[in-house]
Order: sequence, then structure tokens, then C-alpha cells
Amino acid sequence: MKNRLSLLAGPYVVWMALFVVAPIFLVVIYAFSSAGGGFTLDNFAKMSTYWVVFVRSFELALIATFICLLIGYPLAYIMAKEGPGFQRIAMVLIMLPMWMNFLLRTYAWMSILENTGLLNQFFQAVGIIDLGNLINGWLNNLCAGLNDLLGLSLNTARDTNMEYFKMINTSGAVVLGMVYNYLPFMVLPIYSVIMKLDHSLLEAARDLGASTGRVFRKVIFPLSLPGVLSGITMVFVPSVSTFAISRLLGGGNELLLGDLIERQFLGSAYNAQLGSAISLVMMLVVLICMYVMNRFGEGEEQAVML
Amino acid sequence: MAKELIRLSDCFVQFDDDIILDHINLYINDKEFLTLLGPSGCGKTTTLRLIGGFLKPTSGEVLFDGAKINDVPPHKRAVNTVFQKYALFPHLNVFENIAFGLRIPKTESDGKKQRKIKLSEEEIQRRVMEMLEVVNLKGFEKRSIASLSGGQQQRVSIARALVNQPKVLLLDEPLGALDLRLRKDMQNELKRIQQQMGITFIYVTHDQEEALAMSDTVVVMDGGKIQQIGTPEDIYNEPKNAFVADFIGESNIIDGIMRADGVVEIFNRKFQCLDKGFAKDEPVDVVIRPEDIDIVPESEGQLRGTVTNVTFKGVHYDIIVDFYGFKWLIQTTDFCPVGAVIGIKIDPDGIHVMKKSQYSGMFGDYSSYSEEYEEISDADYDPDAEEEQEEGDEE
Repeated sequence: MKNRLSLLAGPYVVWMALFVVAPIFLVVIYAFSSAGGGFTLDNFAKMSTYWVVFVRSFELALIATFICLLIGYPLAYIMAKEGPGFQRIAMVLIMLPMWMNFLLRTYAWMSILENTGLLNQFFQAVGIIDLGNLINGWLNNLCAGLNDLLGLSLNTARDTNMEYFKMINTSGAVVLGMVYNYLPFMVLPIYSVIMKLDHSLLEAARDLGASTGRVFRKVIFPLSLPGVLSGITMVFVPSVSTFAISRLLGGGNELLLGDLIERQFLGSAYNAQLGSAISLVMMLVVLICMYVMNRFGEGEEQAVML
Repeated sequence: MAKELIRLSDCFVQFDDDIILDHINLYINDKEFLTLLGPSGCGKTTTLRLIGGFLKPTSGEVLFDGAKINDVPPHKRAVNTVFQKYALFPHLNVFENIAFGLRIPKTESDGKKQRKIKLSEEEIQRRVMEMLEVVNLKGFEKRSIASLSGGQQQRVSIARALVNQPKVLLLDEPLGALDLRLRKDMQNELKRIQQQMGITFIYVTHDQEEALAMSDTVVVMDGGKIQQIGTPEDIYNEPKNAFVADFIGESNIIDGIMRADGVVEIFNRKFQCLDKGFAKDEPVDVVIRPEDIDIVPESEGQLRGTVTNVTFKGVHYDIIVDFYGFKWLIQTTDFCPVGAVIGIKIDPDGIHVMKKSQYSGMFGDYSSYSEEYEEISDADYDPDAEEEQEEGDEE
């Protein structure tokens, strides 16, 4: 009976073998082979040039993950504490963007952040940009005055006739895109863990003399760590490897790992071997990160199973 | 003279349109073991939550040592709770669970100044170890909660509450999840701990045996009201109404008429009893416990009945006897076969007379005990009576 049922898993096993295991295998082979086909470690040696890209990618992904956690945890916590009515509305609001196409969402941000985009038009209309210029002018005058008076050489380094805030094509915009796209993946696991917390544990902590803050620090937060860990994983991994966000919102100025890999396969600088090597290294680094984090959270995982 | 510690004064609790507690008045003495007893939904857990501070009464006052504490949050009350499902912290080991309350700095006000007092690590260590000894869990301090059995978890949860040296310990059906044997052991254990620590226990249960075995005072509740407060003996021997009589132990509850002080009439026969102070010819509920009925030869009995059902219970037999269509439960060590006609005698102290209440007629009838009930009630029905009447009219 058991054997017969396990046959049902057959199609999936075949699918995984064909489209997951085999490609990874190919990536490994490519990474260790030269253009001619022989074994080589050159691909890895060449990668040192791209060290900056690795650092930048992990840095931006880390920042985005951290911001997601900062926004996502309180949001998930409040959602879990509020009544079912609020929960339903909040859930729809969180899920709604995910029903739209990923590229569409990101293009929308482009038109908002552009130099002549919605946000800058708004700032212009409200007068924030003029105000900024005004303040800048004052600062410049102040500096000039001080310089005259005291013989210093202070400099505000900003001219006064700025016409827009530069938002698009910055790393800030890339991080914003990551946070916007991946925030739900942080909120949902934390929310579901907090929802499942046994309410009597909180009452017990209160009963033993813990103030609201202490209940949170000593009971709710430690017990919600598994949700936090899986949230971090689910935001960090796609953030590291994204290429669409950085190209659309970062303007391709700040190359990320995703772009780098894409270029090796689709660009004029075709080099599938190098691309595979970069992919492999990235995969390994991510895996190591996840392993370390899961080891760290192992005890908590068991606690929630209880 | 025992000192009063907690008083619930005219406490009323309402959720939406449901009245949970209907103007409860109750006081609890220092060092008392008081049990709130009743079926589920009777308001006993709500009463406990009022005292614990997890719930505010819609109206009425909760007093602690004479001071009103309605608005004092749970973490500022000198009360600790043992929760129904233990509510131990799964991310902490046994030691840290028990130390949870000790690690919280206490605000102490001496005169005008308020200062935070934090216990030293040695002090915490000493008190946790001491408490582990009290609950017989020495050597378990490093164990994780998940590795403990139900009874052990229960004891950790008691230790966690007691280590804070509360004036009152609240226990919400703490033995509900344990098997029978363990429950009996823990009953003794709890009673011992209460006496050893010398603090007040307020215990919630729906198990009447547990209540009788452990308590100094039993509070029987139903429908958000207190039905009776008394010692276990009072509650068992002198129940106030049919609900209490039925909920505590087995009882036959029969309609009777009080003919005079010390004389009650059941089934048109007069019985001697010890109850006084009823009006002459007042209808009453009469409680007769199954173990207070003596079986005698038919000719010597005060009442005669037919045995309809016999169940062997080990120490005794439960037999159901039909008296004029009303089924009684009798516990006896003598074997009586089904169908036998027997006589019974009841001593005056075996009869307890109660005022009529809203519960009259709802309890104390063992008719459903017997499968033969249907047949017998059919046999009692006489179809000829009606026909004769009709024939008479025609003539």
C-alpha cells in the first residue's frame, strides 16, 4: 500500500531530477571547465575582479533584509494582536501587490522615483525643493561668513539650484525595490508564528510579574525567532540574486551579482563558464549563511514544535 | 480566628449578553484551601481570573487585604497562578522556568522612596533548588520542558508559581490532564505543599472527589451563582438544594412533605428525620444517599420495592430499586437478584430535607439507569380506564 502510494511521487521526482538536479550538475561542470572543454580553475581565479560586486550585493541584500525585519516584525506583531477584522484587511493589503506582475510593480516604482517622476513633481508642487534650496543658500552664506570671520574653509558642497532629488539609479532605490518586493515574505512567517503562540504563556509571564515589555522580550520575541529566521532567509536569498530590480531602479550603474551572471549568459561578453563559477560561489556563500543561521536557531525551532 | 485575605463583593461579569458571574459574594481566609467546584461554564474559572487580575468585573469589587484591586494588573498582584495546561515556557529549561519570576526586579517602597530590588544570582539559585526539592524534582534543573512527563511539567508549573512566595496560589484545574493514579498522588502532594508553605490555595475543579478530599472550604457554583459554601462534610451531608446534592456524590432526591419538625412524608409514609424549621405541610426535596439505605426483609421494611438492575462495583453492588415507579440507587454489600422484592429502612440521620429550588425535579432520579424502564412504565399505563369512562357516558 505504502509502496503503491509512493509511486504518485514519481512525476515530481522526475521533474526535480530533470529541472533542478541536472541543471545544478551542469553549473558545476561548466564552472570547472575552460571554453575548450578541459578542466580548469581559471574561472574562479578570474572572479577576484568581481569581488566588489559580491560585497555590494551582499551589503545591499543585508540592508534590505534588515529594513524588512524592522518594518515587518512590528507589522506582523500588531496584526497578530489585533482582531480578525484588522487581520483580514492587513492581509489583503500585504498580498495585493503580489497579485501583480513583479516587473510591473518595479516599473511603477521607476515612474514614481524618476527625476521628473511623481514624487519629485509632488515635492516641487509642495515647495520642498525650493525650501531645500533656500536652506542650502543660508548654509552656504553661513559658511562663507564663518570662513571670512575665522579664516576657515567650510564648504556645503551643494549648489542651490537643485531641480529634483536624485532618487532613481541609486543604491537606495535598489534597496527600496527589494524591501517593497520581499516585505511580505518577512511579515507572513513572523505573523503565523506569533499567531500560534499559546496565549496562556503570555498570561503566565504576566502572572509571574513581567511587565508588558518584559513579556515581549523574554517570551514573545524568543518564541517568534523561528519565524524571524525563515523571514530573513526568504528575503535575503532572492535579494542577493536579484537582477531586475537593480537594473530597473539602479540603472545598471551599480552592478549586482544577478546582473553580473545575467551578462555572462546573455550579454555580448558571453562566458557561460565564468557565469557558472559565479553562480556556484554565490550559491555556496548563501548556503553557508543559511546553515549558520539555522544552527543558531535550532533550539527555538524545537521549542515551537512543542 | 482566621484572617480574611480576599473578598469578592457583589461581583458581576458579563460578556456581550451572557451573564458569566451573577453578583458573587465570597471571602477567602488566609492559609485556607478553598475549592471552586462546578460543571464547565459555571463561572468558576472566571472567578479565578478575577482574583488573578486577568479580568475586571463589569461591576462589583475585588478586595485584597481590605484594599480594592480591581485595576491592579496581574503582574502587580501578590497572587500566582498554576495554569490548566501548565503554560511552561518551551524555550527555557526547568531551572529558567522556575527562575522566571525571580529574575524580575521588584519595586519595593519603604516609606516614600521606591527602589528596584534585584535578587542576586546565588539567591535565585538557592530558592529555585529549594523549590525543586519541595516538588520532588531534584536533579531536573537542566532538563528541557519537552522531555518532562505531564506530572513533572505540572510540578514545575507549581514550583514556578510558588517560588515567588505569593500570598495566594490560584490553581485552574491543574490535575485535569493527568491520569487517575497520578491525579491521586498529586492531590496528596498539593495538600502537603499547601500545609508546608502555609499559604492560601484557591483551586478550581469540576471533580467533586478532588474537592472533597483536599479542601477546607468548598464553593459549589452553577449558572454563574454560588449554590453553597461550606466544609466538605457540610456540602456532602447538608446540601442546600437538588443541584448540590446531585453534583456532590450520588443521591436519591424524592419529593416529600414536611409534616412536623423531625417528620417527613415520602410516598404517603412518615419517616423520622433530624431536620427542623420548615412550615407545616411544606413541600420539600428529600435527599437520601445510596449508602444510607439498609436492606431488610420485605416484612420489616419502611418501603417495599423491586430490584430492577444490579451492577457489581467491587466493594459494593449498585442496585436500582423501583418504589412505586420511582427508581432509587442503593449501595449495598448484600447481593439481591433482579426481580427480588425487598424492604428498606432509613435511619433518621440518613435523611436530609431541603427547600424546594429551581433545581427541584431535575436530578436524583435513577430511572434512566435501567433498560427495563420503558417496559415498566408501559405496564403502569392502563388503557382500560379511558374506555370505561367513555362507555359510562353513553349509558
